[in-house]
Amino acid sequence: MSSGLRRREGPAGWVFVTPMLVILGLFLVVPILMALWVSLLRWNTNDGDPFSGAGDFVGLGNYKHLLVTDGLARSDFATALRNNVYYVLFVVPLQTVLALLLASLINAKRLKGRGFFRTAFFFPSITSSVAIAIVFKFLFIGNGGINTMLSWVGLHGPSWFNDGRGLFWIWADALGLVDLAHPPHALTAHSFMGLSWWDWVAGPSVAWFAVILLVVWTSSGTFMLMFVAAMQDIPVDIDDAALVDGATGFRKFWHVTMPQLRPVLFLVLTLGLISTWQVFDQVFIITQGNPEKTTLSPAYLSYSASFTGQDWGGGAAISFILFAIILVMTLLQRRVMRERDRPSRRQRREIAEIRGTA
Amino acid sequence: MRPQRSTARVLLYVLLAGMAVVYVGPFVIQIATSLKSDPDASAHPISLVPHPVTGAAFRTMFGGNPTDYVDFPRWFTNSAIVAVAITAGRVFFDSLAGYALSRLQFRGRQFLFLAVLAVMSVPGVVLLIPKFLVLQYLGVYNTYTAMILPLVVDAAGVFIMKQFFDTIPTSVEEAARIDGAGVFRTFWSVVLPMARPALLTLTILSFQGSWNEFTHFLVSTEGPEHLTLTTGMANLFTGALGGGQKFPLKLAVAMIATVPVALVFFLFQKRFVAGANAGAEKG
Repeated sequence: MSSGLRRREGPAGWVFVTPMLVILGLFLVVPILMALWVSLLRWNTNDGDPFSGAGDFVGLGNYKHLLVTDGLARSDFATALRNNVYYVLFVVPLQTVLALLLASLINAKRLKGRGFFRTAFFFPSITSSVAIAIVFKFLFIGNGGINTMLSWVGLHGPSWFNDGRGLFWIWADALGLVDLAHPPHALTAHSFMGLSWWDWVAGPSVAWFAVILLVVWTSSGTFMLMFVAAMQDIPVDIDDAALVDGATGFRKFWHVTMPQLRPVLFLVLTLGLISTWQVFDQVFIITQGNPEKTTLSPAYLSYSASFTGQDWGGGAAISFILFAIILVMTLLQRRVMRERDRPSRRQRREIAEIRGTA
Repeated sequence: MRPQRSTARVLLYVLLAGMAVVYVGPFVIQIATSLKSDPDASAHPISLVPHPVTGAAFRTMFGGNPTDYVDFPRWFTNSAIVAVAITAGRVFFDSLAGYALSRLQFRGRQFLFLAVLAVMSVPGVVLLIPKFLVLQYLGVYNTYTAMILPLVVDAAGVFIMKQFFDTIPTSVEEAARIDGAGVFRTFWSVVLPMARPALLTLTILSFQGSWNEFTHFLVSTEGPEHLTLTTGMANLFTGALGGGQKFPLKLAVAMIATVPVALVFFLFQKRFVAGANAGAEKG
């Protein structure tokens, strides 16, 4: 009987998945192949159809221009890579720590207003990145809200989105290690990929740091929820045992709670690594890569090279290098998460309970 | 022990209140500023009391006199059309595919599921140029088709539905099948009604995602006719008025653009929480 029913399912199965196959094939798989071809061409939209011979075939020329050949394309790409590395190094730890802090605050026992606080912290995560970006632009303009508040405590804030000075420069200058007006010759005299060592070690610029704050603020809510879910999975008896042993506050958090959160911590870190390489919207809306290209990201560079600069081959090549970077991060995540997939404590407890009642 | 405890409590609430100000503050400032005059907004950027209170920003938006830089009614209508069409498409096609991948026995099913997982990990930003190329090639660039069709199926939604159907017992549908109902009929009138919670989650996440979608509309359209709220705002923020001008208007547009998703969020908050944690599962 059952096999008779199953026999009719073959064609039905394929009919059911056809819309998915058509859409994902036509608008995801095929376009990637098309762009791979264009990344081997020198082509712009006035040249005609690139898939019937228009444009010059240059082989790996576009990739070479980005990685090897001295020139503006390479130094811009190096700048974008540098910016994104600093972006990752700042956003990932900051958003993870903030999410963890928020989660442990709203997970406190007998907390009044828990729902309100959770909503408040999570709300920015679900709003439009474009709408939020304009709010932050308003807050961070030279005579805006942030600088007004800084002036209350006697600080003179920078003109955030117009300030291209690297944070590491500013800090080193404040410590008296270097003089910003006369950067050390040893660093300016050498360069890598068309970018001087001095520029490589700049850190995120003040403008880029403001974008970093915006993104940390927006994304921490989602990660907070993941931590909260994991905290609620921690068996109550572990908590109680810790209290009996006299562990409270930070000691308890560090020695009892943290080890239990390791899997979700890895997840949050790797999800952060993947998403931070894709920063685009905020750059497009707020800075367009300015000032002094210190907020250029590879994603934005690929867009502007193609749509504005009409260098479609170069733009597509940037996309594929970025794709490769993100792919490495994703594989890293899959690897880390496979270790997580061993049965969790909760599952083990449930299994034990089921066995106990059976 | 006791006094220490209550100090910790006070500290907890102080910290929470401070964080709440950081997270809610920008939205409060946004609302206040949308009711200010331009000079007031730049002179008193964090004052929460507009002086004078003015509806100028909203009159510009809804005044029936669309200017070349803000045509709010058109943007809103386009966003609504596109979001509703994409959401409807995703709910239907994602559940079809999710059901097939979960339940129907056919050759290649395992491979297709792995392909869906692979597609899910393709980052959106590397698709900007590819999408433009294919839409040009197909001759649909700058049409509603170009805006809607590529988004009516999403791999993550298929995955969510597949995971959900995996949890439904097979007995009910087998009974329906033995009674002679076909595969589609069983799916439509027996399985889908049982999947209501998952369908609701998918509807809400799809609506939120397509309402907030920016990059796809950026590369699939040009010119004023197909502007949505996100691309319209992007134009307004980066175009001729890109500098420090007209913040009350810009913040008012951004605020009203946020309202539909905010309403859905406050009505169905649990679904969003479920969605965030589904993101954790798919890792």
